[in-house]
Amino acid sequence: MHAMKLLVWLIPLFPALGALTNGLLGKRVTRDKAHYVAVGSVGISLVLALIVIIRVMAAPEQPIHAKAFTWIFAGSFQADMALMVDPLSAIMLFFVCGVGFLVHLYAVGYMHGDPGYWRFFTYLNLFMMSMLILVLADNYLLMFVGWEGVGLCSYLLIGFWYERPAASQAGKKAFLVNRIGDAGFMMAVFLIFWTAGSIDYETVFNQAHHGVFTTGVATAATLLLFVGAIGKSAQVPLYVWLPDAMEGPTPVSALIHAATMVTAGVYMVVRSQVLFMLAPTTMMVVAAVGAITAIFAASIGLVQTDIKRVLAYSTVSQLGYMFLACGVGAFSSGLFHVMTHAFFKGLLFLGAGSVIHAMHEEQDMRHMGGLYKHIPGTYRTMAIATLAIAGIFPFAGFWSKDEILTMAVKAGGINAFFWILGMCAAFMTSFYMFRLLFMTFYGQERFDEHHVHPHESPSVMLTPLKILAVLSLIGGIVVGIPPENGLFHRFLGHAFHHWVERHPHAFHLWPDLFLMILSTLVAFAGFFTAYSMYLSNPQERASFGGKISGAWNVLWSVVIWNRRGVDVFYTERAEGFATKYALAYDTLLNKYYVDEFYHQYVVRPIMWGMNALWVFDGTIVDGIVNGFGKFARLYSNWSGWVDRRYVDGSVNGAAELVRGGSQVFRLLQTGVVQNYLLVMALGVFVFVAIFLIAV
Amino acid sequence: MIPLSFYLTFGVLLFVIGVIGVLTRRNVVIVLMSIELILNAVNLTLISFSHYLNDLRGQVFALFVIAVAASEAAVGLALVIALYRGKHTFNLDDVNLLKW
Repeated sequence: MHAMKLLVWLIPLFPALGALTNGLLGKRVTRDKAHYVAVGSVGISLVLALIVIIRVMAAPEQPIHAKAFTWIFAGSFQADMALMVDPLSAIMLFFVCGVGFLVHLYAVGYMHGDPGYWRFFTYLNLFMMSMLILVLADNYLLMFVGWEGVGLCSYLLIGFWYERPAASQAGKKAFLVNRIGDAGFMMAVFLIFWTAGSIDYETVFNQAHHGVFTTGVATAATLLLFVGAIGKSAQVPLYVWLPDAMEGPTPVSALIHAATMVTAGVYMVVRSQVLFMLAPTTMMVVAAVGAITAIFAASIGLVQTDIKRVLAYSTVSQLGYMFLACGVGAFSSGLFHVMTHAFFKGLLFLGAGSVIHAMHEEQDMRHMGGLYKHIPGTYRTMAIATLAIAGIFPFAGFWSKDEILTMAVKAGGINAFFWILGMCAAFMTSFYMFRLLFMTFYGQERFDEHHVHPHESPSVMLTPLKILAVLSLIGGIVVGIPPENGLFHRFLGHAFHHWVERHPHAFHLWPDLFLMILSTLVAFAGFFTAYSMYLSNPQERASFGGKISGAWNVLWSVVIWNRRGVDVFYTERAEGFATKYALAYDTLLNKYYVDEFYHQYVVRPIMWGMNALWVFDGTIVDGIVNGFGKFARLYSNWSGWVDRRYVDGSVNGAAELVRGGSQVFRLLQTGVVQNYLLVMALGVFVFVAIFLIAV
Repeated sequence: MIPLSFYLTFGVLLFVIGVIGVLTRRNVVIVLMSIELILNAVNLTLISFSHYLNDLRGQVFALFVIAVAASEAAVGLALVIALYRGKHTFNLDDVNLLKW
């Protein structure tokens, strides 16, 4: 058991050491060999994590507790530096270490030749350490340490190419918006401590189970926790940092903004499910925010032209799904989607990075096209990812997404409305993802052949893509069936059944199968729309039958990796739509003008306030300080005058007195001896007279 | 007999004239002569008392005074000569280096 405790602590320790090594020695010593340290440390962590996970899978009812020492004790407040591995942490550990390792490997190829190579890996390792602390912590305070740490690394990595003003602005934006969420999180932790007397999970959840939290307090605490999640996981209204975060290198986007950091919010909600279940109002808020975010972000993604922006909005949208799941009580479905999303979104981002690399840093999809011939490996893996995210049976995304939507329907009430939003968002997701695939890889080449020679990425970049593709293919079906009762859910159920009763659902024909078929149809509808918009040629469009057969052709070409070839990509229909519905198009293209709104009504007032305070400081505060100085000078002037006039005056006056006196007496000195003799004679007479008269 | 008071008065008069001469005369030599006059006045007083008291000691003392007067006059005249050599004047008003 002790060995296991040590192993658990070693998991975040190795990336920490890697960060330290590369950070201190990177510039001089490791330089372009920095990846050995970085990838090696994460690799070791992955191996250790697998060992730990196997142990937890063997005994899921007994989480591993590994306390290092008591960190803070102040009166009744105690916080331990302690880690815990239960089924929830084990699942998170699996894909954090797994995807983390693959991204580190990929980054070796992607960041090759960059002058800040060693710095990149330092930050990436630092991020891994923070994320692992976040996931493994056994109390809210230590989780918050990891929470802040990943926020910091996000800032450092987004602004990695800091000489680019857009990048450093984006980094600042990410950190500041995140911070707003963190304020809410902190207040939640205070409230939890105040109510339950402790901040470690086991104690708090036990207390909650025994009724220490009233509904009101639970609602307040969970709402505040959710504010933290809104900031960290980019939900409406604090999502604005995520699209800008695409300024960072693509491995960063893949790891932090798809697979790990943004899922920290979901993890936190799932971890706190005991509290959330006590507050139905919050659950509704969570589901509402999730559903609204899902459809809102998906709508923006429909018209974006930068490949990474589409994926960014897609991430925001998918995170909305995860919160929708939590909001309707299907926490394990939400976590399941977190895992499958890590696989296919990570793959999509890494693949996009591969495309960008091949196109020599071109990110605008309007300048791509026909790449399936040039970079087939990337194309194939991205095709698998696209099928997964669209939710097409039997890929990973289908299982998790469908489960969420089914649970929403089963929860009843207003959740049915959220289901409608979720379905619309699913349609949009399918549409814009296939649009991305078609625009990037199919059709004619819209770039200048003479300047750009797309080449396939090296195997250090391709291998992670292939591994993730396999996971996107089988990751859902292996652990997720039957829905709500698969290996995944039963494993996770061990973590919380002390406190929350949950009945696994049996699979019924109605409504489960019906909903499954419906969501598959919706996914296909999205595909069909994308096809008819961009790929169907005029003959096919002439008849409905033609369109169906054309779509089928394209679908097969996607599944069997385009052996048939699709050589023309039509932009006219899309442009026609854009002009016909110009208002909608412009609104979506400009992201609903949310950034402009925030700038006008939040940023500018704050900057005005900042200016006002600066003026206040300059005039009043400095005025007071200067005033003291002026007063001191005034006083010293007066003091000097007094000194000159009276003190020196007295001294001089005394001297004057002496001089005046001596002035009189010096007249006695005439130098004429006869005068002296005269005085002598007079003196003799006087004494004789006295002698004669008085004596 | 001539009364003693006549001689004493005469002696006082001579003394006073001598003192006035010392105090007021500008010429150094006159001052020295006035000093001799003072000394002689004292001599006269001494002799008078010696005669009227039939004591010889008065006359002896007068002999001493004459001898001292002579040597003092010699020294005084040497000083005058030194003064003249330095300042080329016999005017006492000009010998006022001690003046403030």
